[in-house]
Amino acid sequence: MSPNEDELYQEHILDHYEEPFHRGRCPRATHAHEDDNPLCGDVVRVELQVDPEGRIAEAYFDGDGCCISQAAASMLLERMNGRNVEELKSFTAHDMLDLFGAKLTPNRQKCCLLSWRVMQAAVYSPLNPNHPSANDQN
Amino acid sequence: MATATDKAAPPLDPLRLRPDFPILSTVLHQNAEGGGVPLVYLDNAATTQRPRQVIQAIVDTYEKHYANVHRGIHWLSDQSTDLFEEARRKVQQFIHAEAPEEVIFTHGTTESINLVARSWGDANLAAGDEILLTEMEHHANLVPWQQLAERRGAVLRFVPITDDGLLQFDAFDKLLTDRTRLVAVAAISNVLGTVNPIAEIVRKAHAAGARVLVDAAQSAPHETIDVRALGADFLAFSGHKMLGPTGVGILYGRRELLEAMPPFLGGGSMIRRVRLEGFEPADLPAKFEAGTPPIVPAIGLGAAIDYLNQVGMDAIRAHERRLAARAHEVLADLGDVRFLGPSPDKKSGIVSFTLKGVHAHDIAQLLDRQGIAVRAGHHCAMPLHKRLGITASTRASFYFYNTLAEVEQLGTALGEIKRIFRRK
Repeated sequence: MSPNEDELYQEHILDHYEEPFHRGRCPRATHAHEDDNPLCGDVVRVELQVDPEGRIAEAYFDGDGCCISQAAASMLLERMNGRNVEELKSFTAHDMLDLFGAKLTPNRQKCCLLSWRVMQAAVYSPLNPNHPSANDQN
Repeated sequence: MATATDKAAPPLDPLRLRPDFPILSTVLHQNAEGGGVPLVYLDNAATTQRPRQVIQAIVDTYEKHYANVHRGIHWLSDQSTDLFEEARRKVQQFIHAEAPEEVIFTHGTTESINLVARSWGDANLAAGDEILLTEMEHHANLVPWQQLAERRGAVLRFVPITDDGLLQFDAFDKLLTDRTRLVAVAAISNVLGTVNPIAEIVRKAHAAGARVLVDAAQSAPHETIDVRALGADFLAFSGHKMLGPTGVGILYGRRELLEAMPPFLGGGSMIRRVRLEGFEPADLPAKFEAGTPPIVPAIGLGAAIDYLNQVGMDAIRAHERRLAARAHEVLADLGDVRFLGPSPDKKSGIVSFTLKGVHAHDIAQLLDRQGIAVRAGHHCAMPLHKRLGITASTRASFYFYNTLAEVEQLGTALGEIKRIFRRK
């Protein structure tokens, strides 16, 4: 199998799968969300530390699933770590597929978009309801 | 068909049968440089492919014999009805049922099981009654019983499995009590390939006063079914997993049970007489065949049964088990493979596995690049995967047209996948 023929399993994606960015628990998490793709069993949990200015100071993920779902989570967190929540909110599903890079069939797009969906929900899921960022969402 | 004369000469030769299956000569992923890989179809537990003989029977019906059945006083309707009822008799003989009226055409195994749950279940189960299932059931033999339990206040019990995917019979004996009204069990697990001892289960269940429904979706295509020898009260299977078209399935039921059951769906065909105030149901089998039945799929299934009979069910079973046994050897040699289910001597032609460090979907996608079609996921058995402590697995499932060379190709391709994911 040549790398050109199989861009889905290119080095860049396998690197993220095998050596992911920020896999684990977020030590000072303020927000967290977890969800799965029930059809394939992929699971992703995202934990965020959002500071009072709305900046994602630290973003971590954990999960279990295929190379696509886990590598995509790693890429997304690397991109959003340190960015503002507003930037995440305006980051569309299309942007996520572009970030991932490799061309995906509709079925595998669901794998790629799992972490994007979870991270988008995480900013609305404060661990402590009194956190300042919990109030500005409604 | 190529082997029409060698019925008594197993082992069967898949290379002589494959030309009957046009789709098996497909070349995938063709490119401008003339590349491409031949299809290796190992997803037969999901659905099988069809031989020309079945496809031709469908074409012939539509081109020469098609009209609605049991309706018209005209020549075409008689033709169509004759072919449809002939298909019913072929199914009856295939499963060794006593009478064709015990063979109900449904749209698939799922509908067959739902029919029993709705009709027999609603009429016979009361609050506190128990339905005994197993941990290895397909969702089709689980969810209809969950729905029935909810409607009637019945209780579901589950026979546990061992770590290598066999039913725990000491537990079965304890769970089977005078509260058990029904035992519903797969003859062969669609994930583990485990061949369950149905005759023994039926004997024990009957001794306890329970009825037995057999989910034969994975056994009817692959081995001889004798409902009378098994003693099954109900038995369900699908046409599309045994060379037939989609949209047709079978419910076998013992006549006395079917006669006592209320109709399932209401509508045309299932009635003897209708007044504005009510209806009288028709006799068997029409009572359970409301609306226009799957006429052409049923006739196609009849042609599929003809084909299977010519190949020979014993030869089919033996060939598939040879393939599964070889697949176990080839995969075990790769290392890091965990097989789901028992050793090959206790299973059918289904080989499910996990490969350490590589998710099932990645395996399936990479195998597809080599033209190899397998199933990845939970195979409609989520509780079973939970029991096994995994979320997904890869399943290679064989049919009689698969070859030992294809098993070797699977092994080689999996070896390459292992290398892709072990770069460091």
